[in-house]
This record gives sequence, C-alpha cells and structure tokens, in this order.
Amino acid sequence: MPTAPAAKPAAITLPERFADWFAARGWQARRHQIDMVAAARAGEDALLIAPTGGGKTLGGFLPSLIDLAEQTDGAGKTRPYRLHTLYISPLKALSVDVARNLMIPVEEMGLDLRIETRTGDTSTAKRQRQRAHPPDILLTTPEQLALFCATANAEAFFRDLRRIIIDEIHAIAPQKRGDLLSLDLATISQWAPQASRAGLSATVADEGGLARWLVTQPAGDDRFARIVRGEAGARPQVEILDPADRIPWAGHSGRHALGDVYERIKAAKMALVFVNTRSQAELTFQELWARNDANLPIALHHGSLSPEQRRKVEKAMAEGRLKAVVCTSTLDLGINWGDVDLVIQMGAPKGSSRLIQRLGRSNHRLDAPSRALLAPTNRFEHLECQAAREAVAENALDGEPLAAGSLDVLAQHIMGRGCGDGFEAEALFDEIRSAAPYAQLDRETFDRVLDFTATGGYALNTYERFRRLVKRKDGRWLARTPQIAQRYRMNVGTIVEAPMLDVVVSGRGRGGHRLGQIEEWFVEQLVPGDTFIFAGQVLRFVGIEEMSARVTRAADADPKIPSYQGGKFPLSTYLAGRVRDIVQNPDHWGALSVQVRDWLQLQAERSRLPDADGLLVETFPRAARHYMVCYPFEGRLAHQTLGMLLTRRLERLGMRPMGFVANEYAVAVWGLRDLAGLDFDALFNEDMMGDDLDAWLAESQLMKRTFRNCAVIAGLIERRFPGQEKSGRQITFSTDLIYDVLREHEPDHVLLRAAWQDAAAGLLDIRRLGEALTRVKGRISHVGLDRISPLAVPVMLEIGKEPVYGEGHDSILEDAADDLIAEALRLD
Amino acid sequence: MTDTLADHAFTLAGEAAIADADGVLVLPDHGVLVVSDLHFEKGSSYGMGGQMLPPYDTRTTLRRLAAAIARHRPRTVIALGDSFHDRLADRRMDGADVERLADLVDGVGRWVWIEGNHDPAPPPQFGGEVRHTLELGGLVLRHEPTEGAAPGEIAGHLHPCAKVRGKGRAVRARCFATDGERLIMPAFGAFTGGLNVCDPAFERCFGAVPGVLVMGRARVYPVAAKSCVPDRS
Repeated sequence: MPTAPAAKPAAITLPERFADWFAARGWQARRHQIDMVAAARAGEDALLIAPTGGGKTLGGFLPSLIDLAEQTDGAGKTRPYRLHTLYISPLKALSVDVARNLMIPVEEMGLDLRIETRTGDTSTAKRQRQRAHPPDILLTTPEQLALFCATANAEAFFRDLRRIIIDEIHAIAPQKRGDLLSLDLATISQWAPQASRAGLSATVADEGGLARWLVTQPAGDDRFARIVRGEAGARPQVEILDPADRIPWAGHSGRHALGDVYERIKAAKMALVFVNTRSQAELTFQELWARNDANLPIALHHGSLSPEQRRKVEKAMAEGRLKAVVCTSTLDLGINWGDVDLVIQMGAPKGSSRLIQRLGRSNHRLDAPSRALLAPTNRFEHLECQAAREAVAENALDGEPLAAGSLDVLAQHIMGRGCGDGFEAEALFDEIRSAAPYAQLDRETFDRVLDFTATGGYALNTYERFRRLVKRKDGRWLARTPQIAQRYRMNVGTIVEAPMLDVVVSGRGRGGHRLGQIEEWFVEQLVPGDTFIFAGQVLRFVGIEEMSARVTRAADADPKIPSYQGGKFPLSTYLAGRVRDIVQNPDHWGALSVQVRDWLQLQAERSRLPDADGLLVETFPRAARHYMVCYPFEGRLAHQTLGMLLTRRLERLGMRPMGFVANEYAVAVWGLRDLAGLDFDALFNEDMMGDDLDAWLAESQLMKRTFRNCAVIAGLIERRFPGQEKSGRQITFSTDLIYDVLREHEPDHVLLRAAWQDAAAGLLDIRRLGEALTRVKGRISHVGLDRISPLAVPVMLEIGKEPVYGEGHDSILEDAADDLIAEALRLD
Repeated sequence: MTDTLADHAFTLAGEAAIADADGVLVLPDHGVLVVSDLHFEKGSSYGMGGQMLPPYDTRTTLRRLAAAIARHRPRTVIALGDSFHDRLADRRMDGADVERLADLVDGVGRWVWIEGNHDPAPPPQFGGEVRHTLELGGLVLRHEPTEGAAPGEIAGHLHPCAKVRGKGRAVRARCFATDGERLIMPAFGAFTGGLNVCDPAFERCFGAVPGVLVMGRARVYPVAAKSCVPDRS
C-alpha cells in the first residue's frame, strides 16, 4: 500500500470518495495509479511495472473500484449480478491474499461490493452459486478459467465483463500456463470485447514482449499494451558473504557459510533464506538447527510439504512469530507475509530477475532499501553472485524471450472449446491467432491440431467412428458425448506433476500423519531402513503402501539426503555473459573474495583464463585416462546436450570416449586416448546440432519424458477418469511404448513435433547451445596440459556424484547377469 | 538391427530352448517358434473409448514377428493366446495389416492359435488351427499358467517384467520367467505392459521368485531372482 510523498498532479482526478480515502490514510494516489485509471477510461490495455511495495495491486484494481462505486451507489441488495472484473494470479494463495487486502479500501470507503475467489478448493455449492449469481470481482487462477471456458453458457457468464487483471504476469507468460491463459483470454475477449486488460509485475525483462503478450493481436500486425511505470524504490543493498571458512571447490551444500548465515539471522528481525532446490532447503534447515544454540524460531517452507504444514508457517510469519524461514521458490511470488527485513540467498540466484524478485520479499516499503545477503556455495557460484550483484545495482533484468505457443496446449484449448458452447473452425482459427503466442500459427498446423483433437490425427484413419469432436450440420464443432466433455474437464491444466507419493509417518496402530509429498523416483532408490530428511526431520523408510511412502521418525544424525539435482534453474544467459566477463578481466576481480581471486590467478598461471567470446578447451591426462574440459558457461541443460553430442562425435572419430559430466559452467569428457591432437574447430562445429542431435534425441529418455508431458496436456493420455486415477508409473510406461510406435510410423505427427519443440526449449536447451556454438566459432583456444587445471577441479569433482551420461540400459543388466555367472561358477 | 540380436540357449524340462532378445522362444528340436500375448489392436480398443492412441501397434508387432520368423525359420509357429486384444479386434484391423498377418500365417508350415482369455475364439479369417493346449514331447503349451508345480509347462498371460538395479539407477524390461522346469513367456505386443516377477502371481507358479532371462537391447541377460527388485521398494 502506498506511503510515498506527493506525486505530480495528474490530468485525471479521483472521485471525491477515493480522494478522501487516500487523504484519511495520509496518502496521495501515486502517479502510476492515476495513469492506470486514465488508461482504463480510454479503454486501453496497460502493463503496470512497479516495484514491490509500490501500490501495484491497488493500481490494477482502482479503475474497477471507481467504476463499481458509481454503479452500486444506492443500487441496494437487489442490483443485478454481473461479473465486472476478473483477476487472475498464478497462485491460489495469492488470490486469497489479494482478496483479503482488497477488502480494506472497499470496507473503509463503504463500498457495497461482491468480491469472491474461485480456486481448486472452492466447494461445488459455491461454484454453482457463482455461476448463477456472478460476483462483481472474481479472483481466480488460469486453470479455473480454462475450466470455465469449457462449460456450456460460459459466454453468458462473461458477457458483461469490463476488466481483466493479470498479476505476476512475467511469471505466467513464459510457461505453458501462459499459453493456455492467453488462449482463454482470446476467447473471453470474443464474448466481452469491451473488457480492458491490465498486467501487473515488479520484474519485467522483456517489456515489449510482455506488452504484446497482454493484448489482442490484430491480423498481420503487432499491438502493444501501454506501459505504465511506478517510481523506482530505494536501491537494494546486496552483499556477498565472504566466509571465515574455506570456500569449497564444488558442491552445493553451503555448509561452510552457515555459521555466518546463522549470525546474520540472529541480528535480523525476520529473514527469508532462499535456496534453489527442495533437498537444499532440507539440508540448510537441518544444519541451521544443528547450530541453533539460541533456539531461534526457524521454519521450513517448500512445495512438497503438505498444505496444512505450509499454512501453519505462513500464519506464524504473518504474526511475526518467526525469526527465519528456509524456503524455495514457493515464496518467490507476491504474497506479503509479514515483516521480512533480510533476504538470504543460499547458492547462486541463477538470474538477476529472480534475485530482484526475491529481494522484493524483504521490506515492502519503497523508501527503505531491501537488504540481501548472497551466500555462494562454491567458487564458481561466488563469481555468479558477483555478476548478479552488479546486475542488481544496474537494475539489469534477464529473461529468455517469449517463445511461440505450444501445440499440446493448443490441442487442449480446442478440445475445451468443443466441450463448452462449441466453435466454428474458421472463427476459432482467427480467435486463436489473436492470442500473441499463436499470432503466427498457420492454417495447416491449426487443421492438424484440430484433427488430432477430434480423431488422433493419424494418417491411418481408424478412429472416424470414435471421434471426440463432431462437426454438426450448422458447422459447429462439439464434444461427441457429454461423457467425453466431462472427462476433458477432469484433465484441464498444463501442470504435469512428476509422479508423487504421500509421505506418511506411521502412528501407533493404523493410520498416520501425512507430512507432504515426495517424488516417486526418489522413493524407488530407498531400501527399507534407509533414512532421509524430509520436512526438517530425519525419517526412516518403512515401505510403500498404495500411494504412500510409510516412514517412522529416526534418531539418526547422518541421514541419506535426497541427492542434489543440480540448480533447479539454469544459469541465465545474461548472467553467464557477465560471469565470463568477470573471469576474463582481472580488473574486475577487486570485488571478489581473496580465495576466489587466488584461484583465478592460479588458473591464469597454469593454463589460461577463458575469454568472453571464445571457448577455452583444456586437455590433460589423469590416472590412466585422458580428459577434455571446456567452459561454455551456458548452464547445466545446454552442457548435458553438448556432452552427449561431443561423445557421439568422438565415438565416430574413433576416439572411444568413456563418459562425460556437466555442470553449470563446464563439460568434461574422458576416454583412453589423448584428445589433444584433435581439430577442435571441427569438433565444436555447430553442425553437430543437425544429424547427431536428431539421432540422439530419437532414443533419448529426456525426449520420452517430454513426450509424456505433451501427451498428457494434449489429452492423448488422461490423468483422471471418473472414479479412478492413473498412477504416474502406468502413465510413464505406456507413453514410452506409444512414443516408439508413433515415431516408427508417423515421425511427423503433430504431437512429436510438439515434443521436439518442447525439448529444444526446455530440457535440452538447444537454442542456447546453438547460439553458444555460433558465438565461439573460429575462437576456440586449446591448451594441452600435463595435469588438471584449477578451473577444471569443480567439474571433475562432480564425476561420481552426478549420473554419468552414456552409460546404458544394458550395462546395468550386464552387471546383474555377471552376478549370476559368478554364482554359477562358484565351487562349494 | 534385428540381424545382430544374440540369443540365449538353455534347457527347459530337458528340452533344448532358445530365448531370443526380441521375445520369442525357439524349440529347435521341434522346429517351433513360440510367441505370446500379441494383443493385436490394443491401441484401437482404447480409441473406441475416446483415447486416440496411435493405431499402429498391430503394424509394429507384425513387423517384429515377421522378422523373428525370418530369423529362425520355424516349421511351426505357436501363438500362445491373447493374440487379439478383444473379440472385435480383427474387424478394426486395417486392411493392409489383415493382409500381412494372413501372409505370415500362410508362409509357415503350421500355425497354431492357442485360446487366451482376451481371445477365447481367435478369428478364423487368418487361417491356422485353434487349440486350447498343445503337447510337444515333454512340454505342454497353454495360455494361462497353472498354479503349483507344472514341469514342462510353457505359458503366457502374466506379461513378466524384471526390474534390476545398478549404478544408482534401475532398468525395467520384459523377460522370460523360468526355473528350468517351466517357463512364462514375455508379452510380445507393442502396447503390452508388464507385471513384475516379484508379484505373488509368479510365486504361486514357481514357489518362489523365478530367475529371469531379461530382454536387453540386443541380447538376453540371465539374471538371478535375488537381483530382481519389486517396482516399489
């Protein structure tokens, strides 16, 4: 809520009641809030970019409140039920929080408004009442909106809509959820063309892209929302922890820094300790408590904990009863949980936008600076933190450009339209192209996706009789039966969870206490009796019962911790560039810790420093093997792809590589032959992105996983049937078979195309690798060494900790088979 | 690719037997090739219910079966039941696939369809003879395995799969389940799933978790029961 001094007088004046309310609070409306009212009056769509604490939410709602105040004055209880404003946020918790905050000005001004939320938790009775009697303002999520658009008479519900507000728009737009939302917005705008749109965000890197994403696109041209900017807040203060202990060469535990971190928590009012993965959250929480002599109230918050557990922590935060909360990205977004005055980032933030977003969690006041402490967990992360700190000082945001909309989401949307009031293909095509992510969609692709939705889209026309969608005589496409529509509605959404199991602590007798959910793959690694950390406790695995992992509390001090899955977010391209700049230029080393400076100095003496535009490749022997290490600084995903392609290529050259390992900064490949004599320009040529990539992808497990997600989102595989739910295991198994068969007979099927696009942008980061290979072309410097270089140590330390790629399916069977032979040959 | 498949020779109830990495069993002394649980048109049976799975599983299954027959050149082929996913499967089958299957049956000396629970009456249009069980020397071939001891029995129905752990990961693959006295065939159909050999159903037949011959990419790996793990453990 605003607290700033007077803004410049604006051309638009607020109605008296609003002006009085601001005055009574000792405030004045901010410039950007007035601008939002002006934009709405002019019928314009607007993107509001304002820092946290800048009155952004009120800026979004103010035009609606003014409008509604006029309408409802003296209208009494019997005024008609018409939906005026739709508010969409990525988190249901955020909808609830915003609804609560909105009630303050509404009640204080004595406005008689109907404000309601609709989330997955809303009861059936309330949903039905909302349909029959819409509130003035409805706060909801993208999935609920998709569900709405897939029901009959949705058009009537939205017909009177005046305004659509999308909060944290930067978080939604780049995801598949954003594709789905933009399609649903396109639909709603057909039904309610008078509704204007407002997007709200604190951290926007690609302003133009988002301003375009927000608005309806006319055929053959680009349209953009008006950009309204809030005043910048005080510059954040970012400090990098220079620990008393030695900074590790590799690893992500951050143990060496926790003594210092604990002292900072002690000195702060309330600290948020952000980490990048759930397992790191568990570890950090455990280690902080191990040294918690002062018995500070420190809590844990991450996405796998049960909702009840999380609600408890959130409530304690809001009431100021906690000293620190160790959390993952679950607390990244705009919920205001009390008086945080310090943000601690364990490990590198991976992107400057993410860091700025997290900084916004501290100190929700514009005039006081947010304070952050970065605690890098290893030497490379120290460099990354320095790059992020410089970026924050310049307020330089990063973000990947928005990509074209995915085809699996398009299929889901088309089916959804058929499950509602139906559609005409021609009109739907135009409607879809008015959504920015699909503005370039061609008619042939649309027709193929429509055909996929209706019959599976196979050249072999087997399913004509069993269509899911039928075209009626009047040209409208509709779901063939109400049952098909019902099944569709049970499967709406784009979030395909990894298969999860409940973690249940066995009590005395039957039953037990549910702690949260954990990935099935993790549980599969456990043997009964194994211990692991979850929800801040050491647990002993007992066994699996139906869909839950039964555990007991264990007294062990040294549990088997969930294996670290690498940074959950890859290092952003932008920060990677900055890190390369720092490494290359000793003039920039001044701000670095002495330990890190010495390390780089040693690298310069023993080998050379990687240069910013080129690629450093080192080769050296070690323990009867030959190694090649290169430093592209492009993030783990792109590096895994590069490692896979390099090994394939080396195999073809007869170099017999044995394996590779990748981290965020480097790739190491090893084998029995010396690689120093290779033509490195040829080895790293970008043409590896052609045939090698295709051949590898076809068999890749990553590709199968991507295909599974696309198949689920597109509706080929249903997650839920009435009365039953498929377990993750069954889905995984059958989609692999489907993938193999489809690839054999219809390699250009639209769903395989969707999966390829996804893999290229997601798990394989192909675009980024391609750009990197182009950048370093002709600038590869090879250094032949007689031993390992200082810079190579971190990635070499990962060997044995990370799965080694290229070790196959069959080698595991071979080992097991050898066991049997050994047993058969045993003499006793 | 199929030319390089390596086979695994072993003895089953005193008879010579060969397990092939693509999932067929050869009894060389009888000139017999056994294949089980083809489940033709499983994909389109889902399609009828609104899940439009690729209607190509029959085609893939037929291609692999034709390759196995060409590789081993048997005098007799025995399809060990559940060859057709349901009673209407042959009517949904694409014309080209109908022709391929008929040609395949026609091309070997003797073709036997064993009755399965999915296809208690295999369709007559493809030729071949229909049997409930078949005896071959000391061997008995039927679809559903008998509970308790049944030396010399070759059956299908259970779709055995083995999960083997190693190197921090696990592999789950189709397999032959055998204790040297009796055998349960892997399912051959392209869309058939599998039942872990640690399931009690196998214990009821073998008295314990059986040893397995696991189908790797190009080879069959014999793996002891103690190296097999349940799906969720």
